[in-house]
Amino acid sequence: MAHLEDQRETIYKVDPEHPGTKDLPILRSEELLLNMGPQHPATHGVLKVILDLEGERITKSTVVMGFLHRGVEKLAEFGTYHQFIPHTDRLDYVCAMYNNFAYCRAVEKLMNIEIPERAEYLRTIVAEVQRIIGHLFWLGTQALDIGAMTVFFYTFRDREILLDWFDELCGARLTTSWYRIGGVERDFTDSLEDKVRRFLDYFPPKIDEYVVFLEKNRIWLARTVGVAVITAEDALSFGLSGPTLRGSGVDYDLRKYESYGAYPKCEFSVPVGRNGDTYDRYWIRIEEMRESIKIVRQCMEQIPKEGAIMADVPSVTLPPKDRVFTNLESMIQQFKLFSQGFDAPAGEVYCGTEAHKGELGFYIVSTGGGNPYRLKIRSPSFIHMGAFDHMARGYMIADAVTIFGSYDIVMGECDR
Amino acid sequence: MHSLAESIQTRFPQGVVSVYEWRGDIAVTITRDQVHDVCRYLRDDPSMDFDYMVHVSSVDWPDEEERFEVVWEVYSIRHRHRIRIKTRVPEHNCYVDSMTDVWRGAEFMEREVFDMMGIRFKNHPDLRRILMPDEYNEGWPLRKDFPLQGKGWRDTFDFLGEGTN
Repeated sequence: MAHLEDQRETIYKVDPEHPGTKDLPILRSEELLLNMGPQHPATHGVLKVILDLEGERITKSTVVMGFLHRGVEKLAEFGTYHQFIPHTDRLDYVCAMYNNFAYCRAVEKLMNIEIPERAEYLRTIVAEVQRIIGHLFWLGTQALDIGAMTVFFYTFRDREILLDWFDELCGARLTTSWYRIGGVERDFTDSLEDKVRRFLDYFPPKIDEYVVFLEKNRIWLARTVGVAVITAEDALSFGLSGPTLRGSGVDYDLRKYESYGAYPKCEFSVPVGRNGDTYDRYWIRIEEMRESIKIVRQCMEQIPKEGAIMADVPSVTLPPKDRVFTNLESMIQQFKLFSQGFDAPAGEVYCGTEAHKGELGFYIVSTGGGNPYRLKIRSPSFIHMGAFDHMARGYMIADAVTIFGSYDIVMGECDR
Repeated sequence: MHSLAESIQTRFPQGVVSVYEWRGDIAVTITRDQVHDVCRYLRDDPSMDFDYMVHVSSVDWPDEEERFEVVWEVYSIRHRHRIRIKTRVPEHNCYVDSMTDVWRGAEFMEREVFDMMGIRFKNHPDLRRILMPDEYNEGWPLRKDFPLQGKGWRDTFDFLGEGTN
């Protein structure tokens, strides 16, 4: 009974710091711990955040992750370089192509391989299409998390069109494994090229359609403008990259800074935000979709009509598939490359690639032989979560969803 | 030698152990007691200005005397250059200074290195496991002497629909 009496006393105690409320009884305040996740629908996978709350304001947050940890880096040490490509699909399973691209680029840097021109263009086109898919997925789910459900159906309608291309291109919609070390697995068919061209005219008006739903939507604006602000200096120090960093006004984009693929031959701009809030990150992704369309259009114009899609380095790259079944040497080459791998030189490389989430990098240490000695994945989602506590303090519980949504996290990549 | 490595060498003649250049990447190995000073210099000196944290990683070399290698990779947005700072850590005295006060992103990345290889970071604000469960006590999964299939903890799990009851 005694402690109940105490409680009643605190509940009706007058708060000396707020004189305006002198006559009113105020509620007892104490910190509340709230477990958010791991099964929360807006955590995009399995992520748990422990929030310290004061009322509805977040005073501190502790991120608990690792629910999807599969030891991909350990697995990499036990397989050949070629065998690891399908594992990279499963990192960020909504944007598999870009993971393949980033990984293949790192191995190509290690092996010092030049890619044929047509393959470079094909890679760039598919990578940009994947960026559009990633941004569509982000836009749909972020709007859904915040409460604007309609956009989701529109973005997923257009995402389906693109996933169907991937199906036609490599037989899979999500876990694609289309990139190969030294090139790509197969060429575009004529019908696919037609579809790409048609999509280029179809898509830009659709972007305006999404924008109509959101940019005049008062709820969307209230939930994004001025929410989760991070300064450029802090963002850099935390290692944020991609739209999350560019929203704070830093134009760091590896496609421009350390250009690769066919990007140096294309003209495009890098949209940069001003306020570092969630709205700026949203706006950047919308603009990036427009830029991606520009890049794909230029690539489709410039791409050489004929040409190899795989570098000719027989000790490393795979033979053309049609020759594997008709030519004995090609078959032996294919068999040896898959069972033993190729002999990589001893050394270490880091190669970063601008995926749609941010800088996706692979750090490979080789001591020679067929498998990597150590392979470290620099995954943007993981690093972005490092800034979560800093960005969430002072905001409401509902904003927590907005904040990790605005990083575009995928837990498969975060936990690896 | 690359100009970046040269400037570090002139500034810290005792600190630089070796410089490695390959495929356009520069890696400088620093002695363990100086690595924090070097990183602070890299961030604060205007000609260096490494403000962007790229990644923290570690490599296990079980046959060598100083078994572990901790790797910090940083980038300068203004000068557009990149450098990899490495230091060696022996197994029996397995700690290194944390860079959390230099680049804040190091907090999570160093926690991952601790979780995966068991390297301790001095002055780290919150050095706990990050990807593995808190109660995990089979050791450090990315060390070379850790078997790929684990050490048996997973086999003790009860799964739905399995077992006698």
